[in-house]
Order: sequence, then C-alpha cells, then structure tokens
Amino acid sequence: MDGLNSLSISEARDRLRVGEITSMELTQACLAAVEEAAALNAVVHPTPDLAHEQAKAADARLAAGQAPAMCGIPVGIKDLFCTEGVPSQAASGILAGFKPAYESTVTSRLFEAGAVMTGKLNMDEFAMGSSTETSVYGNTVNPWKSGDTELTPGGSSGGSAAAVAADLCLGATGTDTGGSIRQPAAFTGITGVKPTYGRVSRWGIIAFASSLDQAGPMTKSVRDAAIMLEAMSGHDPKDSTSADIPVPNFEGILTGEVRGKTVGIPKEYRMEGMPEAIDELWASGRSMLEDAGATLVDISLPHTKVALPAYYVVAPAEASSNLARYDGVRYGHRATLAQGDDITAMYERTRAEGFGDEVKRRVMIGTYVLSAGFYDAYYNHARKVRALIKKDFEDVFAEGVDAILTPATPSAAFPLGQKFDDPVQMYLNDVFTVTVNLAGLPGISVPAGLDPDGLPLGLQLIGKPWEEGELLDFALAIEDRAGFVAKPKRWW
Amino acid sequence: MPIDRDDARRVAHLARIRVDEEDLPALASEFNAILGFIEQLREVDVRDVEPMTSVTPMRLKRREDRIAGGGIAEKVLANAPDAREGYFVVPKVVE
Repeated sequence: MDGLNSLSISEARDRLRVGEITSMELTQACLAAVEEAAALNAVVHPTPDLAHEQAKAADARLAAGQAPAMCGIPVGIKDLFCTEGVPSQAASGILAGFKPAYESTVTSRLFEAGAVMTGKLNMDEFAMGSSTETSVYGNTVNPWKSGDTELTPGGSSGGSAAAVAADLCLGATGTDTGGSIRQPAAFTGITGVKPTYGRVSRWGIIAFASSLDQAGPMTKSVRDAAIMLEAMSGHDPKDSTSADIPVPNFEGILTGEVRGKTVGIPKEYRMEGMPEAIDELWASGRSMLEDAGATLVDISLPHTKVALPAYYVVAPAEASSNLARYDGVRYGHRATLAQGDDITAMYERTRAEGFGDEVKRRVMIGTYVLSAGFYDAYYNHARKVRALIKKDFEDVFAEGVDAILTPATPSAAFPLGQKFDDPVQMYLNDVFTVTVNLAGLPGISVPAGLDPDGLPLGLQLIGKPWEEGELLDFALAIEDRAGFVAKPKRWW
Repeated sequence: MPIDRDDARRVAHLARIRVDEEDLPALASEFNAILGFIEQLREVDVRDVEPMTSVTPMRLKRREDRIAGGGIAEKVLANAPDAREGYFVVPKVVE
C-alpha cells in the first residue's frame, strides 16, 4: 500500500477534516519520503523542525474545525521564495548562507492557510534554465527514467516537479518566467499553473525578469491546482503589479464543463521535426475537448516564431538589472580581496565567483542589449515585438476563442547533460510556453499521455486574462478523459 | 556586426563580472551564437508599434506618504558579509 505521502491535496484535506488522519502523520510520511529520495536531489534544504511545528499547529486548527483547504498539507517551496530564517539562495552560490529576515507573500499566505513546509526545492540558478542543471546544489534527477538513462526533470522548477511526482510532498510552489512551471510539470507527469501576470504577489520571490515572473502551484491533479492557486493568489500592497481584483473560489467553481466553448488550435505551433508522439498527443487532446462538447477552430498567432528571440532580449535585460544587487555588500558571498583591491574589483570578483556560467551569460547579454547604441536596436525592438505577440492573442480572444490548446513541450524529458553545452538548443525548450509570459496570460500544463518510451507528456491550455477558473475547467475536461494515472517506477 | 574580444571585455566590465583574458574569445563566440538567434527579430516590421510598457493595463496604486516600518537595522545587516557598528563595510571608495 502506498504511504500517506502519495495522497493528493484534496484527498488528504477530506481525510484530515474527518479526523481519519492527522497532519503530523502526513508530514512524517513526507519527511520520510524526502530522506529516502536523496538520489533525486529535489529537496536541498529540508525543514523537518519547522514542519513538525506547523503540523502540530495545523492539527490543533483542524480539531477546532473550520480549517482552510490547505490546512495540514505538506508542501515544498522552490528555493526562489524567501522563507524567514530558512536558507533561500535561488540555487546560487552568490546567495550562499542567505537567510531572509522576512517571509515572501506567497509562503505567508500558504502558512496562514495552514500549509506545512517540508523543505526548499532545487531549481536552475536564479530560475535561468530548462533542466535544473545550472543549480549550485547539482542537478535534480527526474523520477521518471528511460531505461537506465537519467533524465532531467525540466526547469527551472525541476526540484518542485520531481518532489511532487515522487510523492515527497503533496504540492509545491513553482515560478514561471518562460515556461519554468509548465515544462517541468509536463516532464514529470504533474499539473502546473502559470497564473495571469499580477494574480500572485511577487513580493519576497527573488526576481529574475519582473515583467514576466509569476508564481504558481505544481500539483498531482487539476483540483489540487485549483485549491493551491486560490491559497497563493490575491492583491498585495507590497507588490504594486499585483492586481486588486477578487480571487474566485477556484475549487468551488471547478466543474470541467466546457460544452459550447471554443478552443483555438494555433497552426504556428505545428513545428517541423516535432516528434510524432507530440503530434499524436495534441490530436488526442483535440478529440478529448470535442468529446467534452467544445468546438475547435483553427487559429493563427502569426508572431509565435519570434517569441523566443524577443524573450531572450527582454528577460536577460531585466535580469541584468535585477541581479545588479548581488554586489557582495548586503548579503551572500563576497570575494576575498587582495591587498589594494578597490570596490570595483570587489564587485567583479564577487560576481565572477558567485554566479554560474548561465547566469553570467544572461546578465552580460542583458547588459549588452541595454547598453548605449544597442538599446533601440535590441531592447526597444523586442518590446515592440512583445506588443505584437500580445495582440495576436487579443485578436483571437476577440473572435470568440475561449482557450487555446497546444503541446506543453516540443519533446519528452531529455537525458541530463544532453543540451547543457548549447544554450540556444536549451532555449528552444520553451518554444510553446514563452508566448504566454510575454502576453501575461494564464497557462496550464496537464499530463495527457505517455510517449513510446513510457515518459509523460503534457498538453498546454492558454486562457484569457484572469480566467484561470475557466482554464481549470478545460484542464479538468482533459484530465477526466486522458485518465493519466501513471506514476514513475521507484528506483531511488 | 559580430562581437569580438574587445566587445566581450567591455560588456563583462559593464556587468561587473571578472572574465579572464584567455576566456574572452569563447565568451565572444557564445554572445555571437545568442545574438545570431536574436537577429530573427529583424524580420518583424515594427513600424508604428508602441513598445510594451505594461503587460496588463493597470494604473499603479497610490498610497499615503507615511513611514510604514523601520527600526530594524540589525535585521537589515544580519546577512552582510561585513558589518560593523551598524554599517555595511566595503573597501575604501574615496582616497
């Protein structure tokens, strides 16, 4: 029999509420699973003491009745979130030893709802990567394997994806700047939501590209995503870009009913050289939504092809500005200085020692595209292209499309090391997801099938701004029909 | 116009990241690969397009201009690599 750690959030919530299980039992099952899963390298800072304390408090709250849905639920937190008194280093050497004196808004909200944190999760350094191989902690390994080959869990939220897929926690937080929730969710057979820009507060989340970053839930089911998204969402005076609009009761309005709705199938997402399995998955997704009573229409998003190049101007530009704060003065690593080293030498050596290669690459590209003489040619041009990408979506929504169906990724999980030496090949992973960030839209990746090697594949649904509720209905319609129940065979 | 070793050195310095002289050619070639990829943007006609400033139409909130916190110097300095007597310590800046 599987342990309690294999429960979904909704199942655990129901059993906690009737007193069939306690949060302490559930938490201990997760902590034990974490201990046994060292080979995955998903959890980089376990927090068992805090978890015990929070579980105890949750049990008291549950006993008193009226506990929120997340009360007593063990979750993992991506290392990008600042958690008070707990190491939070964005998987970077430059934040070695950093323990925030404050709590991010998202984790505060989760804790207020009674969630239990079991540990901090691995990721690509500063969320820059698609394979969790740029982490200072070493890479995470996907719980799914192809024969004996170790695969990437995707990235940047690869630790979160692996932890949920391997039942080390019931749900996890992720962040998504160009696909960092949806791609790893697809690679590990779980559900991941990138909410509308502004739905979730960014306060206390270590910034990568502020106009693109959004946090979201990574869970074992669509219902769980609805529960956890609601707990994470809402206006925050400390993030001026967080929207002051009501948060729906996402679980309460979840029906999976999409009859009479219109789903767009964008022709530009049919890429040359796409594996047959991805094509078949997409076709089966279309049949599932037709079976659910939705109408499919062919649409065009003409600027899709230039989304990645635009992203690789905008995101590094913002990153170069955001990461300027790591100067060895206020927190984290400072290089040991030689006699006579001035403050510039301190900055340059500290940043050379503290940042990994991919982060350096992106900070320097960002510096270049923002530098005098290149600003208009690169940065302003990319911002104009971004406006056109957003307009593509507005046009199809104005024509009556309610959601857009695409594959989540151009392939299944690939072997560790395979793309590590070729940045541009690595960037192509985000080809289906990055448009959503550039346009600020909500997107969800939902597991929908297995490829011929037995690896999970995900479908992506893209929704209208602020319509995460409707988007979750589409995702549930897929989940109900895909019947995806496969789990990775345990080898760790 | 491809990036050469001098451009790479200049960018690294602007970004305040030390790069050893012998690593500059490899860095320049990486930049060229990435910028070559970005070049695709040139195919797009952006005449009369306003550059995006905000992805969602929003008016930034205003708040009352009053002190909302403070008095936590110890917490602010707690993670500093070097702090003394309530200050961050850095190498001498002014001679």
